[in-house]
Amino acid sequence: MSNVKSNGGRGEQLLAWIDERFPLSKMIKEHATEYYASKNFNFWYVFGVLAMVVLIIQLITGIFLTMNYKPSADDAFASVEYIMRDVQWGWLIRYMHSTGASAFFIVIYLHMFRAMLYGSYKKPRELLWLIGMVIYVALMAEGFLGYLLPWGQMSYWGAQVIISLFGAIPYVGDPLVEWIRGDFFISDITLNRFFALHVIAVPLALCMLVIMHILALHETGSNNPDGIEIKNNKGPDGIPVDGVAFHPYLTAKDLVAINIFLIAFCSVVFFAPEMGGYFLEHANFEPANSLKTPEHIAPVWYFTPFYAILRAVPDKLGGVVLMGGAIVVLFFLPWLDRCEVKSIRYRGWTYKFALACFAVSFLALGWLGLLPAEGVYTLLARIFTIIYFGFFLLMPFYTAREKTKPVPDRVVYHK
Amino acid sequence: MSADEGLSRRHFLAVATSVTGGVGIALTAVPFLSSWKPSARAQAAGAPVEVDISKLESGALLRVEWRGKPVWVLRRSQVMLDRIEDNTYDLRDPDSNDSDQPPYAKNEFRAIKPDVLVLIANCTHLGCVPTDRFEVAPADLGPNWVGGFFCPCHGSKFDLSGRVFAGVPAPTNLSVPQYRFADDNLIIVGENSGAAG
Amino acid sequence: MSFSKAMRFDKFVYGLLAVAMIGLSAGVQAAGGGGGLHDSVGNDVADTASLQRGVGNYVNYCMGCHSMQYVRYNSIGEDLGLTDEQLINNLMFSAEKTTDLMTIAMPPESAEQWFGQAPPDLSLIARSRGADYLYNFLRGFYLDESSPTGVNNLLLPNASMPHVLWELQGTQRAIFDEVEYAPDVTRVEFVGFEQVTPGKLTPEEYDMFVRDLVNFLDYAGAPEQLERTYLGIWVILFLLVFLFFSYLLKNEIWKDIK
Repeated sequence: MSNVKSNGGRGEQLLAWIDERFPLSKMIKEHATEYYASKNFNFWYVFGVLAMVVLIIQLITGIFLTMNYKPSADDAFASVEYIMRDVQWGWLIRYMHSTGASAFFIVIYLHMFRAMLYGSYKKPRELLWLIGMVIYVALMAEGFLGYLLPWGQMSYWGAQVIISLFGAIPYVGDPLVEWIRGDFFISDITLNRFFALHVIAVPLALCMLVIMHILALHETGSNNPDGIEIKNNKGPDGIPVDGVAFHPYLTAKDLVAINIFLIAFCSVVFFAPEMGGYFLEHANFEPANSLKTPEHIAPVWYFTPFYAILRAVPDKLGGVVLMGGAIVVLFFLPWLDRCEVKSIRYRGWTYKFALACFAVSFLALGWLGLLPAEGVYTLLARIFTIIYFGFFLLMPFYTAREKTKPVPDRVVYHK
Repeated sequence: MSADEGLSRRHFLAVATSVTGGVGIALTAVPFLSSWKPSARAQAAGAPVEVDISKLESGALLRVEWRGKPVWVLRRSQVMLDRIEDNTYDLRDPDSNDSDQPPYAKNEFRAIKPDVLVLIANCTHLGCVPTDRFEVAPADLGPNWVGGFFCPCHGSKFDLSGRVFAGVPAPTNLSVPQYRFADDNLIIVGENSGAAG
Repeated sequence: MSFSKAMRFDKFVYGLLAVAMIGLSAGVQAAGGGGGLHDSVGNDVADTASLQRGVGNYVNYCMGCHSMQYVRYNSIGEDLGLTDEQLINNLMFSAEKTTDLMTIAMPPESAEQWFGQAPPDLSLIARSRGADYLYNFLRGFYLDESSPTGVNNLLLPNASMPHVLWELQGTQRAIFDEVEYAPDVTRVEFVGFEQVTPGKLTPEEYDMFVRDLVNFLDYAGAPEQLERTYLGIWVILFLLVFLFFSYLLKNEIWKDIK
């Protein structure tokens, strides 16, 4: 059902002219109107498109911030206040960007968790998962680089702590840290290069990776909450019987999800942009002072699970290795999971229990990362670090002979 | 519900959603586009400039800056005012019809009060700052020169009211900015005069 | 697996997340100890009269040492309903134009020499420290002979700042006492203040003076806050209208799917 004018009207002629020179209609068909995805997508399936929406928000607000921001140690903090107070609507653009950064991680964590619920990382989607993991690492880099730019106390000291971690690497550690900083201490030089990376290098990489991610997805087709390959069950017209065309069915459904997301997003932007100090940290309203350390250095909330793992280990290099390992181990997920059944709906109780433990430990580590590393908190961090790694490292064993339920032929869909 | 009813309800909802969405996008664009308007800092820096002319002697020229541009305030002597009327040179735009000035400066003296001239000191050719040449008949400007402004970049000449001579590269008279007299000795450059003259 | 079982499992996961969230927030509440001043300032940034008094208080008592270098006089004028005349006559002592920023003449190096630490700029102090902290800080000075300024502060021990408002509040002494938490577990804690010399204001008047001042600091830290919350309501309403249409459209389009 297209909107084409009848009898070769102007619109149709223009489209034909373009199609001879550029695969426009072909792309629209292949990726939207004739791309079939399962009809039983649920709440967990909105986070991909929401991630794209947040990416667009960050790109646009980021561009407009760059128009007024000054990437020098002397001017950066003042330029942010200039944006907040003197630039017309500058405060709104700034809050959208700061809220967008946190929103990005909320959306991405839920997006990744969906993959773990429904086995979206399993064959044939292993590469899709790997590209997604690279996007996640790039996103963490982007967040870290961006956080230095306001040049507040937490910007400076957070960067100080994280960059110094690289010093733990034997032999190359200290020269590496100096090379990253470009100076003997975090300075204007470091700020300027982080600005270049944050504004151009990583966003370019992110955009390319997102395109690759979608292409990989469309090559295999999307998974679904039942973990059934809908392409195995095609009707006489060659269309999967459980499939619906992405446009208009999923575009309409995603629009509702985007709408609800925007309500949540705008509620934060307009009513609570600081989010109690979690989205905009209180210490960052003080300009960076290399001679005065804040009482309590903590990374932004979306890094705290890994920060907790870092601090759980008494040895600096060990902590760095384990923190890195916590991310690296995710890359191996498609091969650690031995169960053939994709969706948690039909998997054994062992995986359900293990995944629940993983979720709890990730949240607990996140909470612990916000607290000082002392006393019972350190003990808890160690316990949950073990559970976190246990989920992955024991997976080949507890998924090898899982007692799964029979997977149905057709997806489960009720209106 | 018949198929036709279904289609028209669907059509209505699609249109309603699209229109609301379109309005939303347009409203969202407003803050971004507005952020390009001069900020409070630009408005502060571009604020009108007060010029105290109580100590400005007859025949003397004062330079100030307003919105990044050089501005001249010249206290013209009676001799200078007479010479404006005596000027024999061809003027390209003697009545300032094509030139840039507020309505109260569209006259022979291009000023609110004849004895005080306010001009933007950028040659209307390519923006150089002309030199003030108030002497009569210097060697380089010839025997008919009775005083005015001479632009060294490409040789444009202007009279003592900033009006451009014919046959020089500059196309229009030197611009007059908005200004007003707060009192006899205080000029505010950048604010418009309420009175017509 | 039946649809209802699938729904129950998804609900289980949501429930787990919810419990985790509640547990998280409960844990976060666990911080905070006994002793010290923990009063809530209870200011209202919408109270323009309070803000006007507050900026007057600020300019008269604080601006000698503390700049507000990101705040312009004319933006205060616009937001607090003050004319240029009022700004010039009441608030601007050394500034020339109403578009000027609220900077001060004291050079930071000299300030550091005189006070040990340069008095910080206060444009953002309400966002970095919080309004309640500031309220208690300004009410928390007490006599201390061992200190170079003759006073100490309950919220910021060994503060370099003298008790600038002593004439208004008067002077007070802090009473510390041993508080027993459990058998053999005692801590020395602040118990209360005792007025030594009275000030020009009664305690209630002083509290209001400080509240107005802190209210102004709260406003100055985020001058857009009133406009922001006002706009937010309209934005959410608009999005709800949009949700109404987009939801109905989605249902209409999905009618054909069985």
